[in-house]
Formats: sequence, C-alpha cells, structure tokens
Amino acid sequence: MTYTARLRVWRGDAAGGALTDYEVDANEGEVVLDILHRLQATQTPDLAVRWNCKAGKCGSCSAEINGRPRLLCMTRMSVFEPGEVLTVTPMRTFPVIRDLVTDVSFNYAKAREIPSFTPPPDLGPGEYRMKQADVGRSQEFRKCIECFLCQDTCHVVRDHEENKPAFAGPRYLMRVAELEMHPLDVADRVAEVQDEHGLGLCNITKCCTDVCPEGIKITDNALIPMKERVADDRYDPLVWLGRTILRRGSRQARE
Amino acid sequence: MIETERHEYDVLVIGAGGAGLRAAIAARERGLRTAIVCKSLFGKAHTVMAEGGCAAAMGNVNENDSWQVHFRDTMRGGKFLNSWRMAELHAKEAPDRVWELETWGALFDRTPDGRISQRHFGGHTYPRLAHVGDRTGLEIIRTMQQRIVALQQADHAQTGEYESRLRVFGECTVTELLTDDDGAVAGAFGYWRESGRFIEFSAPAVVLATGGIGKSFQVTSNSWEYTGDGHALALRAGANLIDMEFVQFHPTGMVWPPSVKGILVTEGVRGDGGVLKNSAGERFMFGYIPDVFKGQYAQTEDEADRWYTDQENNRRTPDLLPRDEVARAINTEVKEGRGSPHGGVYLDIASRMKPEEIKRRLPSMYHQFKELADVDITAEPMEVGPTCHYVMGGIDVDPDTGQSRVPGLFATGECAGGMHGSNRLGGNSLSDLLVFGRRAGLGAADYVAALGRRPVARTGAVDAAAGMTLAPFEPPAHGSGENPYTLHAELQRRMNDLVGIIRTEAEMTEALEHLAELRRRVRDVVVEGHRQYNPGWHLALDLRSMLMVGEAVASSALARTESRGGHTRSDHPGLDPEWRHRALLTACVRDGQEDAVVPRIAVERTERAPMREDLLALFDLTELEKYYTPAELIAHPGAGPQGGTA
Amino acid sequence: MTAATRGVEAPGRAEVGARTLRTDRWWLPPAATTVGLLIFVVYATVRAFQQQYFFADERYLTPFYSPCVSLGCASEPGSAHFGMFLPDHPLLPYAAISLPFLLAFRLTCYYYRKAYYRSFWLAPAACAVPEPHATYTGETRFPLILQNVHRYVFYIAVIVSVINTYDAIVAFRHPTDGFVVGIGNLVLLVNVVLLWCYTLSCHSCRHVMGGRLAHFSKHPVRYRIWTWISALNTRHATFAWITLGTLVATDLYVLLVASGTITDLRLVG
Repeated sequence: MTYTARLRVWRGDAAGGALTDYEVDANEGEVVLDILHRLQATQTPDLAVRWNCKAGKCGSCSAEINGRPRLLCMTRMSVFEPGEVLTVTPMRTFPVIRDLVTDVSFNYAKAREIPSFTPPPDLGPGEYRMKQADVGRSQEFRKCIECFLCQDTCHVVRDHEENKPAFAGPRYLMRVAELEMHPLDVADRVAEVQDEHGLGLCNITKCCTDVCPEGIKITDNALIPMKERVADDRYDPLVWLGRTILRRGSRQARE
Repeated sequence: MIETERHEYDVLVIGAGGAGLRAAIAARERGLRTAIVCKSLFGKAHTVMAEGGCAAAMGNVNENDSWQVHFRDTMRGGKFLNSWRMAELHAKEAPDRVWELETWGALFDRTPDGRISQRHFGGHTYPRLAHVGDRTGLEIIRTMQQRIVALQQADHAQTGEYESRLRVFGECTVTELLTDDDGAVAGAFGYWRESGRFIEFSAPAVVLATGGIGKSFQVTSNSWEYTGDGHALALRAGANLIDMEFVQFHPTGMVWPPSVKGILVTEGVRGDGGVLKNSAGERFMFGYIPDVFKGQYAQTEDEADRWYTDQENNRRTPDLLPRDEVARAINTEVKEGRGSPHGGVYLDIASRMKPEEIKRRLPSMYHQFKELADVDITAEPMEVGPTCHYVMGGIDVDPDTGQSRVPGLFATGECAGGMHGSNRLGGNSLSDLLVFGRRAGLGAADYVAALGRRPVARTGAVDAAAGMTLAPFEPPAHGSGENPYTLHAELQRRMNDLVGIIRTEAEMTEALEHLAELRRRVRDVVVEGHRQYNPGWHLALDLRSMLMVGEAVASSALARTESRGGHTRSDHPGLDPEWRHRALLTACVRDGQEDAVVPRIAVERTERAPMREDLLALFDLTELEKYYTPAELIAHPGAGPQGGTA
Repeated sequence: MTAATRGVEAPGRAEVGARTLRTDRWWLPPAATTVGLLIFVVYATVRAFQQQYFFADERYLTPFYSPCVSLGCASEPGSAHFGMFLPDHPLLPYAAISLPFLLAFRLTCYYYRKAYYRSFWLAPAACAVPEPHATYTGETRFPLILQNVHRYVFYIAVIVSVINTYDAIVAFRHPTDGFVVGIGNLVLLVNVVLLWCYTLSCHSCRHVMGGRLAHFSKHPVRYRIWTWISALNTRHATFAWITLGTLVATDLYVLLVASGTITDLRLVG
C-alpha cells in the first residue's frame, strides 16, 4: 500500500533555518529513514542526513521526530497516523551542521576525559580470568551503540549550555560505571565521577533510559549504582569508620 | 588555485573499521604520527554489524583445537584458493590478537573457568568463535576505539595535545591517492563531508582499510559506505586487485519490506524448522539436491520434518544445503516465475511452530523484524532472497606486510584479497581484521622507517583531484545531466540482475555493456546545492568507485570458466583443478587514452604460489586430489614414489 | 545568560523556533503525578494529626500510627506495643519517631526524586521538554545534596517495616478470642507485604546487599540476593505507587472500622 506521507523537515545550518513541508510517497513497512531517502532521491538531493547501517546497530541516524529523540532507522511509519504530519529536526542539544546533521564532537571530547581501562600491571595477554557473573554488568553498558540520544535528551545539557564543561552526560557516566564494575580494572573512579564528570548534576529523571534504543537501563544500573558508590565514599560514616579501622582503600573495600 | 587544508603524517589509514583501527594502533605504537580518515563518525564502521564472533584457535572450549586445524578449515572453506601464507599467519596469530583485546578492556562471554568462551560455527571443526552475544563486531570496534583514546590520552600526558600523534578525521572522504614521479605513495586528497572543504594529506605510507563493495548491488547486507573506495583508489594508484569474481551472497536476506531489504536472516531460522516455499506453496528445495549431496539429505517432506526431532534416524532437510546451493535454488525459482511478489521466496516458520516457541528460540530475529519492519514472523512468512554480503577479492598484497605492488600502499581487511580464497568462513573476517590490520600497520611503519626521503606528490595532482571532485557541480556539456541517485539505482539493478549469484557468459557480457553505458553517463552527473554536507554530491563521487569495482567483478567473473565458492557459472557448473592454481588480476589500463573519471580496467591471469610443503602435508592426499592437479601434488609426502616419477 | 540563549535556543543549535515539538500529551504524566502525590500528602497529614480512629477494637493499628509511642496512645489501650513516652500534643503525631523517617525515605527515594523533580520542579516535566529554570545545579548543593542520606533512612525504614510487620502479626491474636482472621487482618498483611516489596526493592538496598561488590563470583550468597533485589528493583516505581495506595486504603479501613462506620468481617475464630 502506497500513500502520501506528510513531512516537515528542518532545513538549514548554523546561520538559521526553518521547517519545510514535503509530501513523499510512503510504502507499507517503511521507516522514517526510508522516507527521507526517497525525499533525497526525488526532491531534495542535498538533504543532509547522517546514517550508516540502517539496522539500529551503528547509532548514526539520531534525530528528533515530533520533538522526541529517536533513531530514524528504528522509527516505523506505521506508528504514526497516515495523515499525521511528521516533524523531523536535528538533535537540539548539539550544534547543527546542516539539515538533520549535528556536530557531535562534544561526545568525543567527553570520551577522552575518562581515564582508560587500567588492568593490573602484572597481568599478561591470555592470562585474564573473569567469571561471566562478574562481566555481566559491564557487558550491558558495552551494548551502547553511541547514538548519543541519551546525551541529546538529558536536560542537564539540553536545557543548560553552561553545564556542558562540567557534565559528561549519561553515556560517559555509564562508561565510568562500566570501567568501575569491570572485574579487572584497578583504577578508583568514584571520586572522579563526582568531581570531574558531574555525576551530582544528574537528577535521575530517567530520560536517558527512556530514549536508549538498546534498552540499556542507564539510570538504574549505571547512574544510581555510581551515586551509591559516591555515597559509600563520601556520605556514609559507617563505611568511613570501618574503612579507617581496617585501613582499607575504597577500591579494596569493594573486592 | 582551490583552497585546501594540509596535513602531514607518517602513516595515513583510510577506513576506521576493525582493520583500519588495528593498523593505526600498530603504527602509532611504533611511534609514528598516524592519521585515520573515515567516511562516517569514529566508531560507526560496518564492523559493528558482525554478529557471530571472531575465530581464533585458543582451544578454550575444545583443547584439541590448534592453528593447524584452523588453517585447514580456512583452506577448505576457500576451496584451496586462499593465499596459504595469509591463512597460516591468520590461524597462528588470531589467538594473540584476541587476548590483546582483553588487555584493552574487551569483555567477551566467558567459559565457566573464566576464559573466553568460544562457539560453534559453520565450517569450523571446533567451537572457535570468541563472541559477545550477537554483537561481537561492536565489541571489537569499541575496544579498539577506546584503545585509540587511551593512546591519545598518553600523548596528551606527554605533549599536552590529544591529537599530537594519532588523529581521527571523521566524516572525511578520500577521493584520490597521490603518488610521486616514481609511482610511490606520497599522500592522499579528499574532502570533509561536513563542509565540503578539501584536505590534502602528505604521507609516505597509506593503509587502505575501506571494506567491501556491497553497495554496487541492489540487495546487500552492507551499509552505504561499502562503495569499494579502497579497491578503486588502489587501482588508480597502480595496484592490482585479485579474485574479484568471488562475492559471497548470503541466501536468506530480507527482500521485503523495503526497510529491511538485504538484512540477514540467520541460518538458525532454517535450522530450527523454517522452510523455504515458492509462490505455489511448494517446498522447492527437494528438487534442488545436487548429485554430490544425494543420500545426505531428506528426499521427502515427512523425513525432513522428522529430522528436526530425530537427527539420528533421518536425513536433514535440503533447506540446510550449503549457502551457495540454497542461493542458487532461490535464484532459479524467482527467475522461473515462482517467486514472491517482491522477487524472493517465502521463508515460513509461522505455520510450523507456535508463536511462543518462535519467540523463545529466535528472540533476536523476532525483535529484528518486529522493530525494524513491523513484520511478525510468528504470524506471516518472511520474504527472502540472496543478499550481497562480502567480497573475497580485493587488493593484491604481500601476506606478511600487507603492501601492494605500489611502494607505500598497504591494504588490509575486506578490501585486501587472498585470505579467504573463493569463500569466507563465518567468524574469519573479524580475526582477519585484527591479524592483518596489525600486520599492515607494522608493514607501513617498517616501510616508513626504511625510507630515505619523503615522496613528494606529482605537481598538479592535487589540482586535478580537486577539479575531478568539483565536476558534478558543473552543468553537463549536453542535456540536462544525470541524477546520481538514478545512476546508482541502475548500477545496483544491473549488478544484481546480471552479476549476482548465478552467472553466464552472456549475462556478464551484457553487464559489461551496461557498465560501459553507465561509465559514459556518469560523466554527465550533476548535483544540486553546495558542498556542505551534500549527500547527492557524495554519492556522485562514490559512483566512480562503484563503477570500477563493478567492472572488475564482471570482467573477472567472465574470465573464470568454472564454478567455485562465491563464483557460480551456470554455463560452467563444475570445479576445475586447472583453475585452482590460477588467479585473475585486475589492473588499470595504461595506454595513454585513460578515462580520468572512471579509468578502464583489464583482467589478466596469473599463477598462484604453490603451498609450502609442510602446510600441504597437513592435508590428506585424497582430499587434495579433489582440488589439485596431479602435477601439483608430487611434493606431498603421501604421494609416494610413483608421485615422484610422474 | 539570558533566556534567549539558554538551552535549545543556545547559539549554534538548530533554530527550530518551538521550544518543544512534542505532539503527544507529555504534560499528562507529571500532572497525574502531582495530583496523586498531593492527594496522599493531604490525606496523610490530616490523618497523622487527627489523633483518633487509629486503632480498632479488632487490634488493627493503622501504619500511620505505628509505632504508637505518644502518651496519647493510652486512649486506645493495646495500640502501643513499644511503650509510651512522647508527650501528647496536638502538633506531635503519635508515631512521631517513625513518620519523619518514612517521609525522608520516600523523599530521598530514587524513584520519588524522579517523580517530583519532573512534576513539581519541572526539571524536566517530560523528556525533551525545556525546563523553566535559568540555572541548574542538580544534586550538587545543599539542600539536594542531602539526597545522599537515602541509605540511612533506608536502614530506619527497614526497622519500621519490621514494626509494621509485628503490628500485622499481633493483630491475628485477639485478647479474648485467640487466633482470628478478619478482613482487616488481610488488609494489614497485604499492606505489610507490599511495604516490604517497596522497601527491599530500594536502590540503596540493592547496592548495600551486593551492588557495591566488584566480584560477584567471590560472594555467591550476596550475588544471589542482589539478583533477587535487582528483579524487584525493576518494579520499584510500581511498588512506590502501590504502597501509597495500600497505605491509604489500610488506614482508611482502620479508620472506618475504628469509627464504627463499617464492621469488620471475621473470617476465622
């Protein structure tokens, strides 16, 4: 079944732009990215859209549809009414480059600020022994396809440009959690996640979890456990007392 | 003169998939200033689509596994056409490469005793694939991405600059390699996709790691990036391609709805009870059991159905014949008019199993179709057909260093040829990336270290490349110009219809005629708008590569008059030992009348290097006799005295 | 920073015009949360200070008065299981030693924080809907930094849950009739079971029980507990709402029985 889809696509660049109306053929079973591709092929060859695998695995085609951050390739046309006008805009937390393409370098910069995996110095390749039970938590976070929709939707930076320097965003706070929970990482990351990466700015309103196309429980499994570890280190006199008496570091206390 | 940004590096890696990243890590670890250029964002490469795993004979699950067994499996899978040296290095080094990933933070699934778990896969004798659920490729990309960040952090600590020795140029396309007057690599020219601004790299060594060519075909599991850029860049710089006729088609890719066209349907669907049917509802595979497999597969539907529950006393269903057989059968059904409305056949599991059972056994397939296509595989049959998946052929390189015949030009990963022979085993591509990515990086580093002086690009080369890049913005000499999207669609259709899974001389000849016509039309391609993030322009430039690659595949397929692995000629259906030791090389024609837009190519035969004796001795003579000519087997220890005198 | 350069209207971002383009009824969940929480707060406040109808002759003590430690509890003999020592004052609820902690437990709960940040503080009201505040410091400063005390109030909440459980159990033993089961007993029991579900599914509980460990494989028992709590934890928000409902329902039932409005139905004994 072919019908006419009605789209309002934001066209423009950093200097300005506007929502532009289009009518495009749509077929049964298509996703929004298919419609945008047909728009490119038939009406607007220079419409800028970033995409890659078109199977929800690379996280390139992040944008906002009817005001909600989504992957264009994972949003089926059938979830909308046939006559409904679909408004498609670029992600609104990052600087726009052109049309639906934004400059996501903020995320790559944040990635660099997190100290890398730190294995025990005496452990050689092939000697790593880790139980499945111990890698499960970090494996969940490594499902991340880096679509940056969580970074886009997070109000800490979406609504407050001035917080960008101090806040790593859900994706990278989760990266710290991934390393912190890695069974062979020996670095202590708790103080840093609070002081350097802005975990305290997170008010756990869960938009990152809601928007995650991989279904990662970012808030419950990464952010809150990290807040609890910070509470262990900073706000729990019982833990502090026990640690002082036993003269153990915070990392050892979690072994 | 057109304004161009300039950068100087020791090693330039083109492509940021698994192979490119591994090469860059190797070069940077040698202390060289290294740049990675990629068409997508950093970390988005097609490697993330790899699901099954990474083959490495670590012997964690079955300790009988060894590099020798892996080597044998690889050679058999490639029907003995593989570069034996590459297969040897690959089998020997893959375990070290996987273990190394762990030291960079990779988290593979574990065995009960805490080692890396390994899974079974088609063609592998033992459970051999290191994996993380069904997202192994993503894990490997992310691990290397994070390794690169770690190296940048080390540089930052030392120099105060993250990018002082290793920089990623994301969303940047290379359109031309630059060579010096002697033909050695001197750098590369390209443009930023975001701004359209030109960029010139001066680098004495270039590593191509651009992946495959799937986007030349209509139905493919590959992403838009797979336009054969590396293949085309190498050809134009003077390198050869080898084995370009070998293209792997997976028999069951989705053909409908359009949003999932080409996406793989795992073999597990058929293994768990899904059957192939034509438009008349017949299970047609029973009519396609070739003589060599007669006796191994069920002859009746009843027996086939019993096999799912009782594999001891029944023969397996012909739905599970080898990939090329199934693909060929589907192709015939469609060509003879018994296909589904959208040019495939039906893969039906809905009528054979309860919905809950399907969801329990095939959760990822169920969700893939539900989420991506709104198709409920528990309620309706899927439409499937062969989908272009992988190219075994690629740039002809030295197995140990990855260097092509152009000094300073290296290649690795899918865009390099030889490793997989005529057919790649599942799981061998991720290990290929790691082993030969590293080797290419080291090869480039050694080359640069031994170099007396930096090659300087030929004068005028940059301006010529820039002019070529801007050509699509100029109005055509005649007519209204060609739309790049239309040309691309036509190229894909011709390649799919004529150079697909089953080939004939007539079709190949017809394909080459169409490609010649497209080559003429691509000169008139014209794009709207300006240079800033303009997908129409990007496609117009990629078309040049796709056309060259299409001609290389079609010409090679025309020349090889036998059927083997990923090359099936219905007019030459058998395997011919005389073709085993021959390779087809593709090169640019240099006759003084070059077509600058899409240079013409020619295919010529060459002989493969005979396998080293100790490696040959790993196989039984009886097995080798199926593939080799008697003369080639004289040296085999099992050949005996009569062999020596023959 | 001026309002015009804030957030989605900051320089460099796409000039879309509209603050949000959401077309769904995004305001409904925060509005419903506001209404729901307000109803509870008003009801609970009224009842906490009412100082009557908290104990039915059937031995049902409402959770809002547990433990009943005010001298005023003497008005209902048998309601005080842990002694009476707080002065009887109209502004001092009879369960003044537990109510502040229960309030704090819910106020600092990771779920309720989300709920009231979204509904009362509109930070944000819904995902991708701009919040109205000019600046935002999250939970980095006083008073919101106090949210970190959640685990202490969790410890106390466990004690209160034990007391509530004790209340529910002793109610089965009637001073004259021996072992009895009335509708009210079942109401108290269901309430207490759900309170445990809410309390144990707490994120702090999950962390304390096993979440803080780096190697689950070295602590099999704690790992198993963590696994159970993790399963419960996925329904923490649901339990948060259910227990608000059951608290009100239980209290209302006790109120109605204690005031003689309805008669408790005796099922056993």
